Formats: sequence, structure tokens, C-alpha cells
Amino acid sequence: MKPAPFAFVRPRSLEEALEVLGAHPDAKVLAGGQSLVPLLTMRLAAPAMLVDINAVPDLDRISCDDDGVRIGALVRHAALLRDEDAARTQPLLRLALSHVAHPTIRNRGTTVGSIVHADAAAEMPAVLALLGGSVEVASVRGRRTIEAADLFAGPLESTLAHDEIAVSAWFPALRPGERVGFAEIARRHGDYAMCGVAALVGPERTRVAYLSVEEVPTIVDLTGVAPDDVGEAALAHLDPQPDIHATAAYRSQLVRVLTRRVLEQAA
Amino acid sequence: MSEELHEITLRVNGHDHAVAVPARRLLSDALRLDLGLTGTHVGCEHGVCGACTVLLDGAPTRACLMFAVSAVEAEITTVEGLSQPDGSLGPVQQAFKDCHGLQCGFCTPGFLTTITAGLEENPHPTRDEAREMVGGNLCRCTGYQNIVAAVLKAAELR
Ligand SMILES: Cc1cc2nc3c(=O)[nH]c(=O)nc-3n(C[C@H](O)[C@H](O)[C@H](O)COP(=O)(O)OP(=O)(O)OC[C@H]3O[C@@H](n4cnc5c(N)ncnc54)[C@H](O)[C@@H]3O)c2cc1C
Repeated sequence: MKPAPFAFVRPRSLEEALEVLGAHPDAKVLAGGQSLVPLLTMRLAAPAMLVDINAVPDLDRISCDDDGVRIGALVRHAALLRDEDAARTQPLLRLALSHVAHPTIRNRGTTVGSIVHADAAAEMPAVLALLGGSVEVASVRGRRTIEAADLFAGPLESTLAHDEIAVSAWFPALRPGERVGFAEIARRHGDYAMCGVAALVGPERTRVAYLSVEEVPTIVDLTGVAPDDVGEAALAHLDPQPDIHATAAYRSQLVRVLTRRVLEQAA
Repeated sequence: MSEELHEITLRVNGHDHAVAVPARRLLSDALRLDLGLTGTHVGCEHGVCGACTVLLDGAPTRACLMFAVSAVEAEITTVEGLSQPDGSLGPVQQAFKDCHGLQCGFCTPGFLTTITAGLEENPHPTRDEAREMVGGNLCRCTGYQNIVAAVLKAAELR
């Protein structure tokens, strides 16, 4: 199939992009297109206008300091995966990004796009949620910061307003004494996971994030739970959903196995 | 009302092509329909199969997941651009021929572009790295063994 007709603009500045987006209620942002273009091709979406932000300058920067990693809206998954400073500042980024699709998709898809697309099966929304990161958004009305805890409203639904562009995402750094782990199971390497688990283990708290288990990324606190009990303890807080890829019972089994596995990794 | 056309220039295999396309024209379709470069094959049209993979400024990219109007600033390389200047086969193409890395040939253009870029990044892949290199491309004929062999052979020929 082919997409339905739409008007197209490719602004040269953020201000111009925000103005067009503000003036057209049925316009959509086009970043890497790795999620949006298939939706258009299958005619699951038919916006009247696309605002291609790929020619907006300065959105492709990665900056790291002691506090964390900030990435612009046009940082491709592949660029973030390669970035040594980012991997040192927050190792969970590289651990998780290597599971996002295939290298060819990562060459074009953006990490910020993946976060605001808010697919419950995607890795980076869960990573942002686990680390307690945030997204900076802009519109003609001004700028605001959305904390990860307030970002994911439902499946494929983030709390960005229609006229807002996510300009960057921020991931807190790994602090001394903290360890991270990541594991997932997919039918084929590079496919969306049937269940994925990320862990952040610190001196005081053990927190674990689940992707592809519920309709939004879910965080469970497993502080103080004995290693043999982590799977059941996590399931007490989760309601694994069935879909065409896995039954609820199979997802529950993946939660048991993977929770243990990531916590061993992060021990 | 007829659909608006965008006058754009696509730079493909070192040549500029001026075309007028609707915004919804996928890059894969622009290459085939507007430029007549039918070496780029269209399989699944949602990014999974890899048959339409072209190089965008050297990096493998799904031509079916991009609009032609978004490709205006890029240097695009298609399978037609992989042969030697004298028209003979490039190293990856030659290796596919030598190793029987294709049968029906439908997926081959996507493999050739992907491997060409892959060997730029990693000129001496191990067998495992060769498998990883082609992990995002589907082939329904060969069973992949000869494709992996062709990656290793192409690394020698380069
Ligand atoms: C074959 C295949 C396999 C994949 N496998 C995985 C996988 O295993 N895991 C995974 O996480 N992802 C996977 N993806 C998706 C990929 O990670 C996408 O890159 C990502 O989901 C979206 O990023 P994008 O830049 O391509 O966004 P686009 O497709 O351009 O946009 C997606 C949505 O987000 C909005 N948007 C994007 N950027 C902004 C912004 N800056 N501000 C406001 N709105 C914005 C768009 O309007 C659109 O609604 C896969 C894709 C394909 C084709």
C-alpha cells in the first residue's frame, strides 16, 4: 500500500517548524520515520501535513556531563550507540540500544522519536522511565520539561500536546555504587521484544523496568527481595497482557526468568 | 484537485536527477518509477525485509521508510552504483557470484548495499560479525550460508 496524500514542509529552523505545527492542527512531526512511515503506508494514520524536522539545525547533538546525557531530537539510535562518552556516563544506554531493531533501522530512527512514540514494546521509553529522565518540549507557547513519570499516557500515547516538538531527552548518569542490567526475549534478533527487563541497582534501592509487559513501561521496586523470589515479587505488581506474539502465561514466565537474569547481571 | 508536486533534485550514484514528485512518494518508488533505477527492490514496504536498502551518505537505510522529498540533501547509492567504473562487478557482487550467494535474486540488492557499507565499517569481519551484518535482511531462498560465505569472500576481494 501507499500513504494517502499529505502536504509537506521541511523547515530550516525550530521556530519555523513550531509555527507550522501550531498553525495546522492535523500536522504531524516526521523525524526518522521508522515508525511513522509504516503507519502511513498501511494507512493506519493519515495526517494532512508532515513537518519534516530533519533539516532543523543543532538537534543532532549528544552532550554528557557528570549529571547525565542529553540528546537532541535528531540523534539517531546508531549515533548514540556509538558514543563512548554517553556509554561511560550511563552504560544502560548502550546495553539497551543494541536491542533496538537492526543497525539499518538504527541508522535513521531517532531515540527521542522512539521515546515520544511511546510504544510499550520499545526499549528506550523503559530506560528513560527507569532512570528517571525527562524530555524537553517546545511549542509556540513556550518550553517545558516533562518528567518520564508523566510522559507515558497509554499505548503509543505520550503527553506531548499536538503542537509540541520534543527537542531533547535527558538521561541521568550512573552514580557511584550503581549497576545496570538489560535483557529481553524476541522471536527474532532485532524484532520488538515479547518481554524486556532493565535493572538499576543502587546501594539503597533496586528498581526494575518492564517493556512489552503492560501497555506502558512499568517500574517495579524490588529493594530487599531475595534473589530466588524476584520473579514472583515482580509479578505481584504486574499484569502481563496477551497478544498475538505471546500469551499472558508465557509473558509471566519471561518476567520470572528475565528479572532474575538482569539482577544477576547487575549484581 | 490534483496532488501538489515537489520539484526536487536527488543525487544518486554521483548524478543529479531533477524530478517532480508528490510528497507521499517513497524513496524506493522514486528510484524505480521516476529514475528508472529498478535495481532497488520493494518487498514488505514496512522496513522488515531489507530488499529496498540503499546507502544514504554511506549508511544503509530503508528506501521504503523514507519519502523522496526528505532525501534531497543526501548522497544516495543504489545497487546500480556498486559496480566498478568499467562496468564490471564490484567486490561484493563478485563474491555473491562466486559463492552462489543468490538464487531468485529478489533480496540481493539490499544485501549488496548493506554488506558494502558493513565492510567499510568492519573490513575483516569474523563469521559471527558477518552474520550480524546481514541480520536485518531477509532471504527466502539461500538459507543464508552462502550469503555469509560471500561476506567473508568480499572482505578478501576488496
Ligand atoms: C523493522 C523495524 C523494527 C523495529 N524494531 C524496534 C525495536 O525492536 N525496538 C524499538 O524501540 N523500536 C523499533 N523500531 C522503531 C524505531 O526504533 C523507530 O526509530 C522509533 O520508534 C521512532 O523514531 P523515529 O525517529 O523513526 O520517529 P518517527 O517514525 O519519525 O515518528 C514516530 C512518532 O513520533 C513523533 N515524533 C518523532 N519525533 C518527534 C519529536 N522530536 N517531537 C514530537 N514528535 C515526534 C512522530 O510525529 C510520530 O508520531 C523498529 C522499526 C522498524 C521499521
